[in-house]
Amino acid sequence: MASSLWKSSMMKRANLLKILSALILFGAWEIAGRIPVSLAFPTFLESMSALFAMAFDGTLWAAYGETLQPLVVGVAISAVLGIAIGLWVGLSDFFDWLFSPIFIVMQAAPLAALIPLLVLAYGIGLTSKVLVVCIMAMPVIVLNTAGAVRNTPESMKEMGKAFLASDLSVILKIVIPAASPVIFAGLRLGISAGFIGAILAELKITPTGVGDIITYSRSIADYPSMYAAIFSIILLAVLFLNLLEKTEAVLFKGNQRGYVSD
Amino acid sequence: MTLFGYRLPGMSSLILWGILWEIVGQSGMTFFVPPLSEVVATLFQVIQTAAFQKALYETAYAFIAGVFFAIVIGIPVGILMGKNRLLDELLLPWVNVFLSAPLTALVPVLMVLFGFGMKAIIITTTLFAIWIIILNSRAGVKQINRSLVEMAHSFGASPFDAFYKIYFWAALPEILGGVRIGIIRAVKGVIIGQLLISIVGFGALFELYSANFLMGHFWAVLIVLFALAFTISEFLAYLERRVSYYAAKR
Amino acid sequence: MVVADDIPESAVSTRNISKNYGDVEALRDLSLEFPRGQLTSLLGPSGCGKTTLLKIIAGLLEPTSGEVEVNGQMVTGPGPDRAFVFQDFALLPWASVMRNVSFGLEMRGVAKSEREDIAARYIKEVGLGGFENAYPHELSGGMRQRVGLARALSVDAEVLLMDEPFSAVDEQTRRKFQEDLLGLVQNENKTFIFVTHSIEEAVYVSDQIAILLPRPSRVHEIIRPSGFRDKGVDNIRRDPEYLDIVDEIWASLRTYVE
Repeated sequence: MASSLWKSSMMKRANLLKILSALILFGAWEIAGRIPVSLAFPTFLESMSALFAMAFDGTLWAAYGETLQPLVVGVAISAVLGIAIGLWVGLSDFFDWLFSPIFIVMQAAPLAALIPLLVLAYGIGLTSKVLVVCIMAMPVIVLNTAGAVRNTPESMKEMGKAFLASDLSVILKIVIPAASPVIFAGLRLGISAGFIGAILAELKITPTGVGDIITYSRSIADYPSMYAAIFSIILLAVLFLNLLEKTEAVLFKGNQRGYVSD
Repeated sequence: MTLFGYRLPGMSSLILWGILWEIVGQSGMTFFVPPLSEVVATLFQVIQTAAFQKALYETAYAFIAGVFFAIVIGIPVGILMGKNRLLDELLLPWVNVFLSAPLTALVPVLMVLFGFGMKAIIITTTLFAIWIIILNSRAGVKQINRSLVEMAHSFGASPFDAFYKIYFWAALPEILGGVRIGIIRAVKGVIIGQLLISIVGFGALFELYSANFLMGHFWAVLIVLFALAFTISEFLAYLERRVSYYAAKR
Repeated sequence: MVVADDIPESAVSTRNISKNYGDVEALRDLSLEFPRGQLTSLLGPSGCGKTTLLKIIAGLLEPTSGEVEVNGQMVTGPGPDRAFVFQDFALLPWASVMRNVSFGLEMRGVAKSEREDIAARYIKEVGLGGFENAYPHELSGGMRQRVGLARALSVDAEVLLMDEPFSAVDEQTRRKFQEDLLGLVQNENKTFIFVTHSIEEAVYVSDQIAILLPRPSRVHEIIRPSGFRDKGVDNIRRDPEYLDIVDEIWASLRTYVE
């Protein structure tokens, strides 16, 4: 009883501090905008009113309709293909040898440098943008999946065999469930990288969607709208990734404390 | 992977991919992929050009400066967050936000605030690297053994001494882990910054090559860049393994 | 010690088993008989290959040479006649106790309602009634191993292979387990093969103890305690024969302990 009271008061404190910390940051933004630190630095309130204006006249939603296309398509392709390749690489020594180096190099390399080449080869349309999202998101998904599959506890696989599971059952009922928390974490990192890629594509290739709002409002010096668009995309990414984390927690309830081997 | 009982080295499949590249290039299947041999030949020409060396110098400068600020600011902030609960609770939500936020969206802001030059690129690089360094330094301090802290108090260490003689060293393995990931992110950040502010460094070089359809040049620079990035990441992983011995003994 | 004609026929026999890992000889020419309906312990210092032998019997490892027979049938892989209890429990952390226990039946294609009936019965039998929907991380080490035991019992295999099943649980829980195991050997008509590194545990629970010595592993001696088995669980540890056998085994093993 006492401990639950203590717990709930701790929760209150944590939430209060979150609100306080948001107030401090936005307050600092407001003050810096009022001084102003730069002509190109609008206040927080100006930016927020620009955001609401764009939300009400519909430009914001139309922009997201465009931005989300390459993002969703790219992330979906990366997830399906990335997990499939990852499983394959994790399960077969040969594919591990063949593909791992490619993805290890991709993971370390600044793949954004490929964008000019992609534009040359595939033009400035949706294809190029989807590919940008894919090359940013896929390596971490592949490597996480493969690593997780490779690290399935040996005794769990042995247990499956001892209880007469077929090779397919071992993969479906033991290896994949055991790997899923790490696969999911890879998916989260991949999606975060996919957001970076989607915005990069819109800023670098052709201004569409949110990238268009940012580029256009910068060119006419409508800084509140520019900050509002940037604020909204960061907010969207963070909200989406938080949602994913919550899903993860519900999905892998039993796995929360890790493997049972202690 | 073993072949006829002989263990093939880890990265050896890259040779196979290189051969495949050469075949695709020789077949003339696509204009965008010249044969590897041609690219390598171009590579040796390119690295001697003044334009390349200037780009490399500018990139290295922005990269090193960006990483420097990320480390110098990130580690103390992380350690303070690990030590001070109020500060931790105030800052942690924002560190987490910026860790996963699409930082590319912030580059236009940096461009209007700091101009279309080196300054904006350096800040972009720092922004890519700093959050994971903060987070890892914080985690490193959080896991420090309580008895180590009590030992410092009981021997009368001043807060300053405790900070530099205890917390930093006790959290070192985690801090280095964060620095490694931060640096890999910084490599990506510096290139993304240069692509968006494409008048300096490799960004400018890529514009030049793709505008003139110099595919061989383009791939040559890509290879150099990827190889450098990979070498940096492997070297840091090696350094991290060197310190992990004492992480195990803590 | 008893005379040979008291020993029931063998449920499991291993013949001339050798196992090499590269140049390392783990087992050499090892032959052993495991009497039906009894508990045989494999006892020896660490590195003596007792777990390797158990996994060969389970069909999880292939011997370099030699053969294993279960009920006269050659072992070529895991089979429905054997069930395994793992040292680290090997429970699926994402699955409830019910799903963990019924895993073996699921793999044998038993329908869901039927396998849950069977599993529920064994969950009760090992004393975990009420925990059917709990997850492994919510259970103590001892309770987790009870789940592992229920899983092995529920497939109703004739041979139960136990790989140091109690080594990861605390001392008091282990004693309770040992008493329960004696009841199990008596009531279930199964053959138990039990790997342990504890001399007291081996003498307490076994009908037959095979002492293995390392590098390469071979059978040093087979001991069949007999006098104290029916004196009741509370009296075994005071029985002179029990104490003598423990001392005797220690005397032959002590030179192999670093």
